[in-house]
Amino acid sequence: MTDDKDVLRDIWFGRIPACFTLYQDELTEREAEPYYLLLPRISYLMLVTDKVKKHFQKVMRPEDISEIWFDYEGTPLKWHYPVGVLFDLHASNTGLPWNITVHFKNFPERDLLHCLSKDVIEAHFMSCVKEADALKHKGQVINEMQKKDHKQLWMGLQNDKFDQFWAINRKLMEYPAGEDGFRYIPFRIYQAISERPFIQKLFRPVAVDGQPHTLGDLIREVCPSAVACEGQLGQKYTSEFHGCTAPYTDGEKFQVVIHGIEPMLETPLQWLSEHLSYPDNFLHISILPQSMD
Amino acid sequence: MSNSVLWAVDILGKVYTLSTAGLHWELCKDPQPEFKRVSATRQCCWGLACDQQIYVYVLASDLPIRYQEETYENQRWNPVGGFCDRLLPSDRWPWSDVSGLKQQQLDSFQLPSPYWEWESDWYVDENIGGEPTEKGGWTYAVDFPATYLKDKRWNSCVRRRRWIRYRRYRARDMWAKIPSPNGSMQLLDPFNDIAVGGWEVTDEPVGRLSVWAISLQGKVWYREEVSHDNPEGTSWSELATPGEVVQISCGPNDLLWATLWEGQTIVREGINRNNPKGSSWTIVEPPTSESGIMHVSVGTNVLWAVTKDRKVWFRRGVNSYNPCGTGWIEMVGEMMMVDVGLNDQVWGIGCDDRAVYVRQGVTPSELSGKTWKAIVVSRENDRSHTGSSSSLHSAGCFFGDEVKEEVDSSVLTDGDCLCDAERPLEPPHAPETQSSCNSKDAMGIQVVESCPGVIQNLQEQTDPASDHDGEAVIKRPDHSQGVVSKPAVLQWTNIDLVETRDSAATSSHYFSETSSLSSLGMCSVKADEPYGADGPPLWIWVSGGGCLIEPHSPLKWFIVSLDLTSSVQFLSLSITPAQTAAWRKQIFQQLGERSRRELESFRHYEQAVEQSVWVKTGTLQWWRHWKPCKWMDVRVALEQFTGNDGMRDSILFIYYSYYEEKKYIHVFLNEVTVLVEVLNDTKHSFAVYTPEKTKQRWPIRIAASTEQEMHDWLALLSTACCESRRIQGPPSHRAIWSVTCKGDVFVSEPSSDLEAPSNPMPCDQLFWRQIGGHLQVVECGSQGVVWGIGYDHTAWVYTGGYGGGFVQGLASSSDNMYLQTDVKCVYIYENQRWNPVTGYSSRGLPTDRYMWSDASGLQERTKASTKPPSPQWTWVSDWYIDFNAPDGNDREGWQYAADFPASYHGYKTMKDFVRRRRWGRKCKITTSGPWLEVPPVSLRDISVLPRAAENSDSPIALWAISSKGDVLCRLGVTKQTPAGSSWLHVGTDQPFISVSVGADLQVWTIARDGSAFYRGSVSLQHPAGDSWYHVPSPQKQKLKQISVGQTSVFAVDENGNLWFRQGITPSYPQGSSWEHVSNNIRKVSVGPLDQVWVIADKVQGSHSLSCGTVCHRTGVQPQEPKGNSWDYGIGGGWEHITVRGNATVPSKVVLQEASEEQLFQSLHADHGEGAGKRSPIKSTLLVAEEQDLDANAITC
Repeated sequence: MTDDKDVLRDIWFGRIPACFTLYQDELTEREAEPYYLLLPRISYLMLVTDKVKKHFQKVMRPEDISEIWFDYEGTPLKWHYPVGVLFDLHASNTGLPWNITVHFKNFPERDLLHCLSKDVIEAHFMSCVKEADALKHKGQVINEMQKKDHKQLWMGLQNDKFDQFWAINRKLMEYPAGEDGFRYIPFRIYQAISERPFIQKLFRPVAVDGQPHTLGDLIREVCPSAVACEGQLGQKYTSEFHGCTAPYTDGEKFQVVIHGIEPMLETPLQWLSEHLSYPDNFLHISILPQSMD
Repeated sequence: MSNSVLWAVDILGKVYTLSTAGLHWELCKDPQPEFKRVSATRQCCWGLACDQQIYVYVLASDLPIRYQEETYENQRWNPVGGFCDRLLPSDRWPWSDVSGLKQQQLDSFQLPSPYWEWESDWYVDENIGGEPTEKGGWTYAVDFPATYLKDKRWNSCVRRRRWIRYRRYRARDMWAKIPSPNGSMQLLDPFNDIAVGGWEVTDEPVGRLSVWAISLQGKVWYREEVSHDNPEGTSWSELATPGEVVQISCGPNDLLWATLWEGQTIVREGINRNNPKGSSWTIVEPPTSESGIMHVSVGTNVLWAVTKDRKVWFRRGVNSYNPCGTGWIEMVGEMMMVDVGLNDQVWGIGCDDRAVYVRQGVTPSELSGKTWKAIVVSRENDRSHTGSSSSLHSAGCFFGDEVKEEVDSSVLTDGDCLCDAERPLEPPHAPETQSSCNSKDAMGIQVVESCPGVIQNLQEQTDPASDHDGEAVIKRPDHSQGVVSKPAVLQWTNIDLVETRDSAATSSHYFSETSSLSSLGMCSVKADEPYGADGPPLWIWVSGGGCLIEPHSPLKWFIVSLDLTSSVQFLSLSITPAQTAAWRKQIFQQLGERSRRELESFRHYEQAVEQSVWVKTGTLQWWRHWKPCKWMDVRVALEQFTGNDGMRDSILFIYYSYYEEKKYIHVFLNEVTVLVEVLNDTKHSFAVYTPEKTKQRWPIRIAASTEQEMHDWLALLSTACCESRRIQGPPSHRAIWSVTCKGDVFVSEPSSDLEAPSNPMPCDQLFWRQIGGHLQVVECGSQGVVWGIGYDHTAWVYTGGYGGGFVQGLASSSDNMYLQTDVKCVYIYENQRWNPVTGYSSRGLPTDRYMWSDASGLQERTKASTKPPSPQWTWVSDWYIDFNAPDGNDREGWQYAADFPASYHGYKTMKDFVRRRRWGRKCKITTSGPWLEVPPVSLRDISVLPRAAENSDSPIALWAISSKGDVLCRLGVTKQTPAGSSWLHVGTDQPFISVSVGADLQVWTIARDGSAFYRGSVSLQHPAGDSWYHVPSPQKQKLKQISVGQTSVFAVDENGNLWFRQGITPSYPQGSSWEHVSNNIRKVSVGPLDQVWVIADKVQGSHSLSCGTVCHRTGVQPQEPKGNSWDYGIGGGWEHITVRGNATVPSKVVLQEASEEQLFQSLHADHGEGAGKRSPIKSTLLVAEEQDLDANAITC
């Protein structure tokens, strides 16, 4: 029997092979070799690219170096989204490794947040954790923790220590004995084709009638664009709602992707939140147009 | 913990039970008759019915209640006819009891009551003291009374044989009427109260109870000889009282209180195991003179009382030594009655609302508790239980389901309708019962007033439902008409008790064909409720004597559950839907695909985050293992590093100083074979073994200052060990399970060459990891079915999880983990010496042992200073004299000897100058582990089929011996449902102690007399087989444990000898003789490959000697099933092992056939090199002389 614990491990140790190349316009003293790296899906770009930075700085003049940033096929990569989200959202249907372009110039102020030190990432990460706990437990769990526990969460993420992280994080994943789940599920839904950064709403894990909410319930309720083409949301779903005539008949299909996989829409949301949340305790869900292959 | 139930009676006389895990009051399975009062225990409930008769309700169980009747047939030889029943005039009767004094003919035996039935006809017992007799079962002697032998001799002039017949109590789950003292008296002086208790006074006979009853004239009656085997008791005997008694209460132990008509209470003194009826009464005055006591209830250390003004009082200082207590304390709240149950928990019936209240916060330190809390759960038949209650009587009324739907829908819309809709489901004897509760309310008037509304409500409720079902539509008109016709009946029936009964009976008969009956019930109930339709049920009596509330399992009684599906809260081992759900599978599958896609071809890429060395350090103590051995303070560091292959490895460093010089020892954690906690009074210590340390019998011992610190280190170290060996997740089905003398459970994954015929893996290299839980016995089969037995004989089934205990967090599975408790006894000895002046006294000679000591007499153990084994254990009882100590004892628990230390006997002789008695105190551990209790039968041995079944659904044979010695066969055990469904009792003529089932369903058992029995014709179709074949024990030895593999049968006797059963063939499965294999064996486990593993004592290592050592028999071949030598594994301190899951045929089996002899030689050569100075061949575990066990060895 496979244990739910294994899911946590699999999620934590998810890696994306990436190939970093320096942007063509960057001035270098000599040829910059591409740099290959396995990026942890659950971490943040700026937290895992020290080696990349070091690698390319070696071939550049110090005066040409300013704040590093990355893009993929022209889209600046927001470092404050987890790596896995960036990949799923922008590059999931392309070949591997993931080709990322490295920039040291022309920081896109409009698109990206500055990240001058790891403290910024830590602050962002902790605020996400706190927000998530506010949704899940009115912030009671995170507030009852000591400073060192907060630090352990962060250090666990930073140093890729699964056990260290989960020793604390499991407290955030508990809920009172008499209840069916969290107060609200912390989630963010990203859409590749939308100009909105993401959708976030209050959504309970259990319906009024006591039935557990599923991933499908969430998508239908929360994501307006996906609701319109409900009939196309996954095959299982199609068979279930075969009577529904979808307004979209152009064959456009959507994928609901978390951590690079497509959980069935029947999957209970509470379970997903406990097992497939990122370290910031949010369920980051990407909705992508179905690839044609 | 297994669920237990609270009993209560409502105002209609209906008896309900509420399970500690339940969400609804359940109607008693036997709805007849109606009751006024009940008094419950764990196994039965006594009640006073409305007909003023006493009834007993024995809960159903897989174990039958059977009683063995015996009689002896005696014959004398005479020259003419040989042996015949013509005896001399001075002889005993031809048919007599064992003493010969009482005539007992076969046909003189009568069933004691209609609630018994004969199991079979009389038959001859052909077993004498473990030896089979000749056909006919005769035993011979020179004369009566004399020693009887199984062989006839030249001087055998008399003979006798024993006939036995079983009767079985059949009134399970039903009320059995107890006859009154005498028929005529019953009319003049009917019963008025009933109380049961006293189950802790003595455990002989098993399940003995003190049953007390009060008659209307105020007499006190005691029911004689009530016990498990005789649930009805035999007769009533009257006790003289100082006044007219109106009510009585009996605690679990020796407290008995009663209230007098005048408002005083009387306390029974002198109750003890030899005199359960007590000797005298003492009067205790009520708290206030103006308001006398109306009701008392007594527990183990408390007394609660209700005075006539409904005030509740708590009596301080009540206990066995001072049954009268010291003073009254008034409590908040007004109650109709209170009842003290198990653990001195208290229940009550509220004065105003007639609800059942639980006293919250009652603990041994605060017996008076904190607050009253009302139980608000509804009655199950209020909503859905039509099936078994009302529909029984209202044939043709099938609307139960529709109404249920209805209830669901109405819940959402209108709370008030809820109750109305429920009412039709009330059983139809309502009028009858109502009369019995004889209420003074003007019920009839209320009925009339409330009825129209009810009808309307009902119709509103039922109409929408009719859409669902055509049949229901037809029924409903009847239904409401019934309601209309009803009030008239009720109005008349309310007046007189006797008349009511009659008219109610006729009316119920009249209506019994129609569904209107139910509605009749509905109205009357409604009428009774002063709170209108949505009022809670009203109660008149509650009994908590069978209800065990655990502090760690919160009750769900205080919330009204609207969810019908959740009312059944069974923890079941069958796999939950979540685990089999398609979505879950898909996630696992997709995650696997994702790693393949994103990681497989890119493993050579650099990791973004490098893993660094990680160190935990601390200050611990270390047992310096050279002279002078002592505990030394050391710094300890654990270094973890990640190897090139990405796997982690760890080293444990222990830094110590030696003559000012800093030194260290280190252990590679990938070499560690086991980390095991050690029982030690003063230190929280554990031992670290490697194969080398195992050979030495000399582990590294480390101690921490607190238990928590030790567990932190143990958790970290064991996780590191598992990591370095790449072991994670639950143990496989092949795993070897074992238990240490501390009750810790260990599991080891056998490698495929462990059972190789040549060059098997040495068993000291087995890696053992701990699984949470506390067990005395663990047994597995080859399909992952694992059962355990706790020290308290509770049966547990393995749930498939791992971790637990101190292994928390991620090294432990999240699901399949449950709280586990176990109870064991700590014993100390009270020693006395006889002197001419004072007789036996606690004044010993100066050379004597401590007057309070351990069993050996070497350590002082006083009641006050003796602590539970570790901080995980807490006391759950007070010290008590143990009357079941080995070697017997007298009526005060003493056993006598000529001097200390000597062999003790249970009676005093002229030569005895010392005596001792054993005191026990129970302590309890609460831990967690992947175990689920299998209530309710407690076990002493268990065995699982050691063979893979043909398909996964086929049943797996599982046999067990109950703690009472019954042989049991578990039905419904499969891979999916390892807990099975129920026990099938297999009848025997004597108690049994051990059982084992072989791969071909050969079932062998050991009886208490030390002989073996083979069960014939066991098959999948006949799981319990058909008959026993007696297999005598080896000469002068009493067997105590047995294990059966594929074909081999091994048994261990009480003197530690291991025996192999010779001559077993398919046509003669019982075999021919026992052959001695080894001595110093404590337990044996034979696996499906006929591999033999034992727990052995006195294993000599290079540094020390160990007791309780796991040993593996080597050289076991099909031609040589006994093997030839022992290979020594982990120990000492091991208590039990089972290898019956390991059915993996070793891969080298073909190879070795070639030249067995040659390979055999080389095997030993290899061993000689590889394992150093260990000599591979030892035929027995002989150690020349008893050595002092070094403090370093882990003793049991």
